[in-house]
This record gives sequence, C-alpha cells and structure tokens, in this order.
Amino acid sequence: MARPERQAPPELFYNESESRKYTTSSRIIHIQAKLTERAMELLALPDDKPKLLLDIAGCGSGLSGESLSEKGHHWIGMDISQSMLEVALEREADGDLLLGDIGQGLGLRPGVFDGAISISAVQQWLCNADKSCNDPRKRLKCFFTALFHCLARGARAVLQIYPENTVQLELITSAAMRCGFSGGLVVDYPHSSRAKKYFLCLVSGPPSVLPKPKGEDGGSESEDNEIDEDDEEEDARTVKFSGRERPAKRSKLEKKNKKGRDWILRKKEQRRKAGHEVPRDTKYTGRKRKARF
Amino acid sequence: MRLLTHNMLSCNIKGVSKGFPLGIEVAKLETKTVEFNPQFLRHSFPKIEWKAFQEAAKTLGVNDLPEQVEPSMLDDDDFLRRFHHALLEIHLEEGDLVCPETGRKFPVAKGIPNMLLNEDEV
Repeated sequence: MARPERQAPPELFYNESESRKYTTSSRIIHIQAKLTERAMELLALPDDKPKLLLDIAGCGSGLSGESLSEKGHHWIGMDISQSMLEVALEREADGDLLLGDIGQGLGLRPGVFDGAISISAVQQWLCNADKSCNDPRKRLKCFFTALFHCLARGARAVLQIYPENTVQLELITSAAMRCGFSGGLVVDYPHSSRAKKYFLCLVSGPPSVLPKPKGEDGGSESEDNEIDEDDEEEDARTVKFSGRERPAKRSKLEKKNKKGRDWILRKKEQRRKAGHEVPRDTKYTGRKRKARF
Repeated sequence: MRLLTHNMLSCNIKGVSKGFPLGIEVAKLETKTVEFNPQFLRHSFPKIEWKAFQEAAKTLGVNDLPEQVEPSMLDDDDFLRRFHHALLEIHLEEGDLVCPETGRKFPVAKGIPNMLLNEDEV
C-alpha cells in the first residue's frame, strides 16, 4: 500500500471516498481496533477509573475513539479531515470532535488530560513538507510542546507511528524529547517486517518503567532511542532510561569554552567589582602562550 | 460539542495571551443522554475552570449551577446530576466560538468546532 503522506496532504487525501474505506473495510477496522487496544495497554491507566483522554489525528472515523469509550473513558479528538470526522459522527462517536491541525498547536488548557493516544497519524502529517508553511521540524516542535502543555503531570502519551526510515524516527523522537517528554520507543514484533509496530511512549514528567514490547518468539527487545542506537536491551526487565544521561553530555561541551580570553576578562571584572587588586587588561591578557610555557 | 470540551479549549492564535474562555454564540442546541458516572465527575471537577463553565452554561440556557463551588458539594447527588447534565449532556450543534482577545470566530458545524488557523495566525 502506498504511503498516504506521499500522495497528498491529509485534508485532501482523506476525502469522502477514502474516508468511506474506513467504515466499510473490515480489515482496516480490525487493524485500527487492535492498534488502539495495544496503545491503551501501553497507556497503563489505572483500571475502573474513567479518565479524560485526547485522541490525536487518527480520531477521525471514530474507530480509535470507540475503543476508548468502551473502557468508560471520555475523550476529545482532533483531526484535520472534515470527511473523516463526518464518518466519526455517523458512527456516533461518544467523544467530542474538533476540526484542527495538530501541527498548529492544540489550543488546550494546561494539565487537563490524563492521557493521549494517536493511531497512525503523527508521522504522516508532521513530516510532510508539501506546502511551504509546513516546516516539519517546526510543526513537530509545536505539536509536542502543545501536547506536553495540555497533559497532566505524569500522564502518558502513546503515539503509534509508521516511520518511513530511521531518519524520520529520529526526527520525531528527538523533537519529543526536546519538549520535555521522557520515555522511549516500544517496538512490537521487531523481527517481522509486516507485523512490526512502533509505539512512541512518552511520559510527561520523570521517567518510569517502559512497558514490555511484544515479540514473535516470546522474547523481548526494547529500543531506547534517545541516547545510542547500539544500546539494545536483550532483557526488557532491566530497562534503562534516557533523560538522565543527556545533561552529562551537555556539560562536557560547555566546559570546553570556559577558558578563553572573554572568560578571563569577565573574571577580572568580577574581582575588580569585589574590590580586589587586579592587573590591568592589556593586549597580553589571555594571549596564547608558546607551548613550552 | 460539550461544555467539557469547551472548558478545555483556548484560542491558539499567535500572540494571543488571553485566549480562554472562548465566548459562545448559540445557533442550535441538542441534548443527548449520557450515562451518569459520579466517579468521572469527581475526577474532572478539579480540572474544570468553574467560572468559565458556569457562564458558558448560562449562554446555553442552563441556569441552575451555583456561582461558588466547594469540593464538599460533590457529595450532594442533586448537585452532581446538575453538573453531569451541564457538562456532558448538552451539545452545541451549530454556532460560533469567539476568541475573547481578537474576536476571531471559530464556527461550529454539526457539533464540530473548526479550530483551523489561517497561515498568518500560526
């Protein structure tokens, strides 16, 4: 199946006939339902407590929303395609629907949602740059900032994506981490090219344990994409987290620039202000000495 | 669109600092029954901006919500039912949402507000 994002921007691609397919094709319905259920598992919401959730971009057609309502949660969905939303209306979706572009930000009050899911939508509509105003990095940043903003502390967001290549994956993951999220990527069935599913699990707040991914052979592999690609865990029980190692990297870079001429001049000013006797600044101040020195 | 959603929405236009709450212009309303779930109501109660909620409810014709609320009122079944009705059962089918700062209107059609921004507003 050709990638939708390569054919047309979402509000045009998901026109009436394409949207019809979502109601009538049982295969699509089945896949979407399974993906939503898995996303709900990864969301790890406490049982029996109805929550307020956000369904992003894939909510048009209401397929994912139905699974949410079945568990008793209330949800609000946002989608860019009017036709897909109409399909959702026909299916009598329980949640409220909004017509909007997630790359423009979400327009929601801070800290109100207990969780967010998105099925097969994020990478499609954020990575395309077919209109000149759609700079993907900016849209990703805008989206993740808005998402972080509207989620409550410790709330999770599970985004199921079909990345085209590792570059796209890296683009999305790093944009999310930069906006303050912690978490990682859960890859179900990593060995099968057909069944392989990527779920980006983000937590708004301090890092916690990443859920176990599913594997064909019963084994588990989890990829922690924030730091190194070569850090692969064979045993998902000893999961490690990203956020902590990042600050160490930054401080190494910052230290390198500490001993230039500017730094010396600044320090001398400080001491003068403090009242100490400081030699005057001349052309010799902070001059590079001979190696022998 | 329910009042639950309206209470979460704010205007997203670039440069707007006071985009909440959005004003409501009603053209058509509908009431749909929703299962009464006190647990959800208690859970969402702290998230709701009560003043905005109460005023929005008034524009939709619901006047029986108190102005000041305390968490202790959540034990009162009658209050919970009124809260439930206003929060989840009344739908704005047709109308407009108005940004309080710029006056920009977001049309609501078939219960779906159109929050798409123009290029110059992003």
